[in-house]
Amino acid sequence: MSMPFYVSPEQMMKDRADYARKGIARGRALVAMQTPSCIVIVAENPSTTLRKVSEIYDRIAFAGVGKYNEFDQLRVAGVRAAELRGYQYSRNDVDARSLSNQYAQVLGDVFSTMGPKPLEVELLVVEVGDTPANDRLFHVLYDGTLLDEKNYCVLGGDAEGIGKRLAASYRDDFDLASAIKVAVAALTGTDRTLAAADLEVATLARTGKRRAFTRVLDDAVANALR
Amino acid sequence: MTMPRFTAGDDPGASFPELLRKVGLDAFPRGGLSTSDLAALPHATTCLALTYDGGVVMAGDRRATAGMSISHRTMDKVVQADELSGVAIAGTAGPAMEMIKLFQLQLEYYEKVEGQSLSLEGKANQLSMMVRSNLPAAMQGFVVVPIFAGFDPLIGRGRLWDYDPTGGRYEEHDFVATGSGSMLAGTVLRVGWRQNLSRDAAIDLASRALWEASDADAATGGPDVLRGIYPIVASIDATGWNRVADDSLVKTYETIMGEVRKR
Repeated sequence: MSMPFYVSPEQMMKDRADYARKGIARGRALVAMQTPSCIVIVAENPSTTLRKVSEIYDRIAFAGVGKYNEFDQLRVAGVRAAELRGYQYSRNDVDARSLSNQYAQVLGDVFSTMGPKPLEVELLVVEVGDTPANDRLFHVLYDGTLLDEKNYCVLGGDAEGIGKRLAASYRDDFDLASAIKVAVAALTGTDRTLAAADLEVATLARTGKRRAFTRVLDDAVANALR
Repeated sequence: MTMPRFTAGDDPGASFPELLRKVGLDAFPRGGLSTSDLAALPHATTCLALTYDGGVVMAGDRRATAGMSISHRTMDKVVQADELSGVAIAGTAGPAMEMIKLFQLQLEYYEKVEGQSLSLEGKANQLSMMVRSNLPAAMQGFVVVPIFAGFDPLIGRGRLWDYDPTGGRYEEHDFVATGSGSMLAGTVLRVGWRQNLSRDAAIDLASRALWEASDADAATGGPDVLRGIYPIVASIDATGWNRVADDSLVKTYETIMGEVRKR
């Protein structure tokens, strides 16, 4: 009878975490930032059809980094969870906190027990409030860790470096154009540049309209970067 | 509530009603009421739509009746479905309002899941499937008959569809009316409709059609001056849905009433 090799739980979790982290670090990063008029999400993404940033519900947006097919399935699951809750109860009962908890549950389950491999994704669930103090920025890690972020949030490859640059330049009174400019500067660092076509930018506007999510078109992004 | 996840073969895709079925929340009631119960349920009545130069106008009265009594005075039977379309509904109020809600959700759900909107024709077809899903209930008397209208950006003009209770979908070019006052309203539209009406003329014609319907059909509500309740009239063109303000309808109906007094 063959005996399976013993692998300590610590080692197994570490291997899985390394695996997921590697997959995520290969992907391009994105930044979300609170401003007085909106929450803006800026992602490095040359594709105009395979989106990283999308609408989940009236005031809630989703962004993912890592493997596209994995976070896109989670995006659709999020839209479903939100729509079902809104259908059963009311549109006001759909919130980012409950949604990100559900994401954390799925990612945590796959990481620790259910999946043959962990999901190589990190997610951002943001909800715009009537004031910046009521905004929610939830960052869900590959192992189901749920972080409640303030002011801004960075996901993906080189998040640490981008976070440092952003910490140095972030202010809470940016208009949309300067927020985009600062976010892009943080994403690129000093040794490269990104054109509007390499970026995917979307906002959750604080206007009180039912659907807050809007994509910022390339022309407007190019103007902001000028 | 846990997050709904499906295997590839079991995934309901971009269909919200299908998703509801998968999670055990079927939206369409399977009857069990007798015809005598039916008369006691609220019914929504006259709605209409007509094309004009550059779009469509939709209109509907506000009354719901249950048998011989008025059960609601401020029903919204004409609602915006999405940015460029609207839906109006006549029939048993419960399933009708549920169908409108589900239809609105479905259009937005599709847009979010697929990343782009359905074409106008696709939306019309979607509604047809919903009416068909309601067929078992319709056979028991819970008939729901919608009108769907909108601006089609692919061909640059307004289009409208009416339906029968089996889900049959018929595109009309000029105008359509549904509900108990539809013969009366339809006749006014038939006499008054011209090609390339202006928006104002189309709104005026729609208001007159509802006036005549309410004048002779007990189930259709006219303008309620006492309570300040006016029909819902809206236009849809390339810029989207524009509901006509009550202030403006007050003037329209004052003019109509003035003309009627002189008859």
